[in-house]
Amino acid sequence: MSTMEQTIETSVTYVESKTQWQLIWRQFTRHRMALASLVVLSFLYVVGVFSPEFFAPHSVNTRFDSFLPPQGIHFVDAEGDFHLRPFVYGWKKELDRKTFKTTYTPDTSQKYPIRFLVQGSPYKLWGIIPSSMHFIGVDEGGILCLWGTDNLGRDMFSRSIFALRISLTIGLVGVFISLVLGLIIGGVSGLVGGPVDNVIQRFIEVIMSIPTIPLWMALAAAVPREWSAVQVYFAITVILSLVGWTGLARVVRSKFISLREMDFVTAAEGYNASQMTIIIQHLIPNFLSYVVVNLTLAIPDMILAETSLSFLGLGLRPPTVSLGVLLSRAQDLQTVAMHPWLLIPGALVVIVVLAFNFVGDGLRDAADPYQLN
Amino acid sequence: MGSYIIRRLLYFIPTVLLISVISFVVINAPPGDILTSQIEELEQQYGAAAERQVQALRERYGLDEPLYKRYFTWMKGIILRGDFGMSFSGAYVIESRPVKDILLERLPYTVLISLLTLFFTWATAIPIAVYSAARQHSFFDYFFTFIAFVGRSTPNFLLALVLMYIGYVKFGWSLGGMFSSEFVSAPWSWARLADFMRHLVVPVIVIGTAGMASIVRVLRATMLDELGKDYVETARAKGVPEWRVIWTHPTKVALLPIISTIGWLLPGIFSGSTVTAIVLNLPTIGLSMYTALRDQDMYLAGSCILVFSVLTVIGTLLSDILLATMDPRIRYD
Repeated sequence: MSTMEQTIETSVTYVESKTQWQLIWRQFTRHRMALASLVVLSFLYVVGVFSPEFFAPHSVNTRFDSFLPPQGIHFVDAEGDFHLRPFVYGWKKELDRKTFKTTYTPDTSQKYPIRFLVQGSPYKLWGIIPSSMHFIGVDEGGILCLWGTDNLGRDMFSRSIFALRISLTIGLVGVFISLVLGLIIGGVSGLVGGPVDNVIQRFIEVIMSIPTIPLWMALAAAVPREWSAVQVYFAITVILSLVGWTGLARVVRSKFISLREMDFVTAAEGYNASQMTIIIQHLIPNFLSYVVVNLTLAIPDMILAETSLSFLGLGLRPPTVSLGVLLSRAQDLQTVAMHPWLLIPGALVVIVVLAFNFVGDGLRDAADPYQLN
Repeated sequence: MGSYIIRRLLYFIPTVLLISVISFVVINAPPGDILTSQIEELEQQYGAAAERQVQALRERYGLDEPLYKRYFTWMKGIILRGDFGMSFSGAYVIESRPVKDILLERLPYTVLISLLTLFFTWATAIPIAVYSAARQHSFFDYFFTFIAFVGRSTPNFLLALVLMYIGYVKFGWSLGGMFSSEFVSAPWSWARLADFMRHLVVPVIVIGTAGMASIVRVLRATMLDELGKDYVETARAKGVPEWRVIWTHPTKVALLPIISTIGWLLPGIFSGSTVTAIVLNLPTIGLSMYTALRDQDMYLAGSCILVFSVLTVIGTLLSDILLATMDPRIRYD
């Protein structure tokens, strides 16, 4: 008896007002993978979207020798001495006299310590602030190409960082367009109901039954060749979201239908609240968390789609740098077998998409904080 | 039951019609009309002599007619004669082939790879999901979930390239295409079959891993639901060994919804097989579509989308009917 009273007492003292979003956040932080992924994503957004000019050691088009292999970061040198400051080796160039193939091997006599906040090529931060400070670099005379160079001798590491800007934003812009389409079409479907609802639902089913990649490929192929990089970027984003809104529209519709019957909606109707007030004040806040989950899970699909399309040469095109454009250099087995480091940007794609999926998964579990496990 | 199937079949018709409209829009989406590049080429090659050929082509495709009329001509050809239009994949218009022939040639490989992938996805996802549910929060539960997530997050083409690279560097295999060079035109034999199977491994793994995560997720959740039910407790109380408790009743119940996954796995499989076929150079409809889009061979490209989508709808239809016959809880009225 006394323990029961105690629990009641403690539970009473703990009833403090926490908003729905605070509850969601608390639930979300319990999902370790999701939380870690959120940290990784924030880091990548800061590096790649906020200021790639600062974080990349070189500019997008700085050229070195073609197909330099990646550099290992070393702490212990060839003599076995330990250095607290990590360093990289330069390359020894060798020409095979029989095959006339140039091979590069690490040259242990050239040692370049890695330094932070070094002066390098000048750039304008956000297009305004002139600077030549780079986050990472080596002393003058040395070359830092951690992930090797591509066929034109451009640093893969720097280009990957710049590519993040396009790859990480295309999903966000695409998802925003999907959100607008999904809210409007799903909302109309759920609120109007009847034959309108039926027609919209059949239409969504048809779109969903068309395999996305072939449809995207076909639509992307229709983007005129002479369009500028910015136009192509937006065209591809719109194409991605033209297919992507269907899932969201379904969520919105089902939520509208189930919430429409709720007592609080009837009550609001009772004191003559307008349709718009009911929708904005009562309905939308109730399913917003589901929409957020759906959007978070739609972003990685869009990133994957952009990467695949660009890889196939149907999406973004050089000189735009996205992760897919970088990977499109590695089209065939011969290239990959000779220069496997061209696939490194692929690892970034996997990390980004994986992180988004985990965050989405964590949000999905946390989306309904009132539901008891 | 019968009326349910008839209703589903009737519903099939408007769906396919709508899909055909979308496919036709795709055919006409590129700027300029579909013959522009072909006509230019003809004129360069044959000069004025090409004029009659050009005129014949314009009439054949009714390019001077409004869009809706052309759509009806296209549909009439498909329905009455199975004529999907002509493909211009050859260098000259004279070499053009009916789209139908190309599709028929590539359909078997496409269906074969898709079905094998479907079975591969189930064969890996079901044991993983059942294990993860039975040993919730165990190391392997997390491990398999993580692997499934990685599979979902890896672009198909990247996984295909990596596997090809590993096969080439470690085993000296060159896994592009459907056959090794010595078997391409050889008659069927055990050696050729073995070679064929070896070439199927990479595409099936690549396409299959992409869909694994969603199946594992759904099945694991259903299993967890079922495992908490009273009849499981009863079975345990009767002294049924744990593995039988898990594999008999709850797994059977949880597996039923898997049949309905055919419908939403197929679009993913076709998407995946398109990208994979391009990287691995597999003679499937996906590869035809890619080359068609590059050459602005739009009747072929549009027809590929049509075939993919219709195959998906047929798959969904079959899975719905199958589910209705197998699950006694579904009401048909």
